[in-house]
Amino acid sequence: MMSVSGIPVWKEYGYRPAIGSRAGETETVPILIVGAGPIGLAMALDLGRRGRRVVVLNALAFIPRGSKAICFSKRSLEIYDRLGVGDRLLEKGVVWEKGKVFWRGDPAPVYEFDLLPVKHQKFPAFINIQQYYVEEYLLDAIAPLSNVEVRWRHELVGIAPHAGGAKAEIETPEGRYFIEADFVIACDGSKSTVRRLLGLDFDGRVFEDNFLIADVKFDQERPTERWFQFEPPYPGYSSLIHKQPDGVWRLDFQLGRDIDKKEAIKPENVEPFVRGFLGDDIEFEFEWLSVYTFQCRRMRRFVHGRIIFAGDSAHLVSPFGARGCNGGMQDIDNLGWKLDRVLSGLSPESLLESYNDEATFVADENILNSTRSTNFMTPRTRMEKIFRDSVLELSRDFAFARPFVNSGRLSVAVPYSNSPLNTPDTDVFSAGPKAGATAIDAPLISDRGKTWLLSRLGDRFIALYFADDDAGAASLQADLGGDIQVVQIAQSGPATKSRLVDVEGLARSRFGAQDGACYLVRPDQHVAGRWLKADSAKIRRAHERACASQGGAK
Amino acid sequence: MSLKLDINTTAPDDIYDSLIRMHEGLDDEQSAHVNARMILLLANHIGDPAVIAEAARIARSAYAPDL
Ligand SMILES: Cc1cc2nc3c(=O)[nH]c(=O)nc-3n(C[C@H](O)[C@H](O)[C@H](O)COP(=O)(O)OP(=O)(O)OC[C@H]3O[C@@H](n4cnc5c(N)ncnc54)[C@H](O)[C@@H]3O)c2cc1C
Repeated sequence: MMSVSGIPVWKEYGYRPAIGSRAGETETVPILIVGAGPIGLAMALDLGRRGRRVVVLNALAFIPRGSKAICFSKRSLEIYDRLGVGDRLLEKGVVWEKGKVFWRGDPAPVYEFDLLPVKHQKFPAFINIQQYYVEEYLLDAIAPLSNVEVRWRHELVGIAPHAGGAKAEIETPEGRYFIEADFVIACDGSKSTVRRLLGLDFDGRVFEDNFLIADVKFDQERPTERWFQFEPPYPGYSSLIHKQPDGVWRLDFQLGRDIDKKEAIKPENVEPFVRGFLGDDIEFEFEWLSVYTFQCRRMRRFVHGRIIFAGDSAHLVSPFGARGCNGGMQDIDNLGWKLDRVLSGLSPESLLESYNDEATFVADENILNSTRSTNFMTPRTRMEKIFRDSVLELSRDFAFARPFVNSGRLSVAVPYSNSPLNTPDTDVFSAGPKAGATAIDAPLISDRGKTWLLSRLGDRFIALYFADDDAGAASLQADLGGDIQVVQIAQSGPATKSRLVDVEGLARSRFGAQDGACYLVRPDQHVAGRWLKADSAKIRRAHERACASQGGAK
Repeated sequence: MSLKLDINTTAPDDIYDSLIRMHEGLDDEQSAHVNARMILLLANHIGDPAVIAEAARIARSAYAPDL
């Protein structure tokens, strides 16, 4: 495997001098994204698809290989789908929806879960795919966009914020130059240079247990389920297995505290763990070994004037629950449309404050879940261990104890429950997503055949109108104007571009919608408000509130 | 529902007896486990996290401040 200064390389892109920026000179750029990890790239693709000019800086000249994220959630896939890479990820990824938890080698699981209780949606609960594929696919989707430029081996080394944006200093193999940016989005990872240069906080908790990751290749028929074992009958305090594409499996072993990391990743020392897991008769081959510890922390604020943080630079969680990259995807999904509206003058800059509100709320929820899982997995005191073991022991015999078993609460979209952008319910719905929650998917028929509801939502404000009456839909559209597009969900009749047919009735039941009901859905597919009978004045007011225009948001 | 702190049983001696007998013949290690199992059983029976948090706060208060 090729590597550069100890970092294994997946795909080399190579340094190129920036067009229009010679050493010592200053270039002007509307949006500067720092970092071409999955979050910076998804951010760039989102804004690029909206026609924004974006420059992305990356300190490295390649996509790194090695062990990082593998579990991508349904919600992230829905966001990737809005960005045009969902199908490709789904095709390459390993689909899974079920998890099992074992204890002390007992072949009967103490706990099982299904992460997709509502079936018939475009995307599964999870796919496993190596993070480098995600980055590569995002780059492939960015490539045709002439308004997005990714600069490899352009490292941000200085930043001076001011009222109209920030001046960034960039180092390249040929010297330094400057970028004057109206907005800077810092997606430069957990050790964020931007955060450090600005002297900003990053508080939270550091966990002391070490985890060993062995990505290994072997040939064995196994179910594609997440299997977690507490106190396995082989070395390690716990183990976790996930299937990845290309015949690679991820084995994760909990090593405990105070270990020698260098020793721990020597193949001869890893072998007993893998052998213990696989048994003696299966051939295997190491793909990549690493040891990691983790932290749960976040910045107090993600918006600092015109410098905005997203992804690991803003918040960190433990990998158990897969809330790292998936959490970051929710950031960029939230930020993209808001920044676009502010730049085009459709919304005041104060709309960006709602990114701070909503994204810090999500980070807290992810950190809470991640911390609780970690407490269960790595008991710190004798009493914590006694409670943990008692839960596992009771789970063998009693159903009530099983939900207490916590081997990671897996990432789902966090609803913006208390967001100032929400218009709370005044009507009583029997089901369906409340304001702040994401719209739920359902199969529909369009003029081109089978489609999915979520494929028709996103990128702009949409009024989902549940009615068969076409004249009503047309007059609602006329009342709502150009900033809100009406998508009609009919029960029967012909399908057209803006009239979808809910043949199976699943959309109606999932949204608790009777005839005439309406949901206003934000460009990030979260619900802004809903009504049992569509009323254009109410919808317009909710829209103003959701995009902070004309004093709508407070 | 909030945690009941007034008298809620007519059989205090029976309840106390059950708690004591639960530990009969056990060493401290076993007793600690049995207590944990008991707390989990009752916690699920109560079901309301606010009630349990309030009980935990009061139980802890004699030895340590609130978190
Ligand atoms: C072992 C492990 C397993 C994980 N598993 C999962 C999982 O299953 N699911 C999940 O959702 N998450 C998982 N995560 C977390 C996930 O990998 C991260 O959340 C994700 O990488 C964050 O993406 P990012 O773009 O914010 O940051 P990064 O991926 O860290 O990218 C930051 C980028 O910024 C660049 N950069 C840094 N400084 C500068 C600078 N000064 N100038 C220019 N460029 C700069 C870096 O080169 C890098 O490319 C896992 C993490 C680990 C360690």
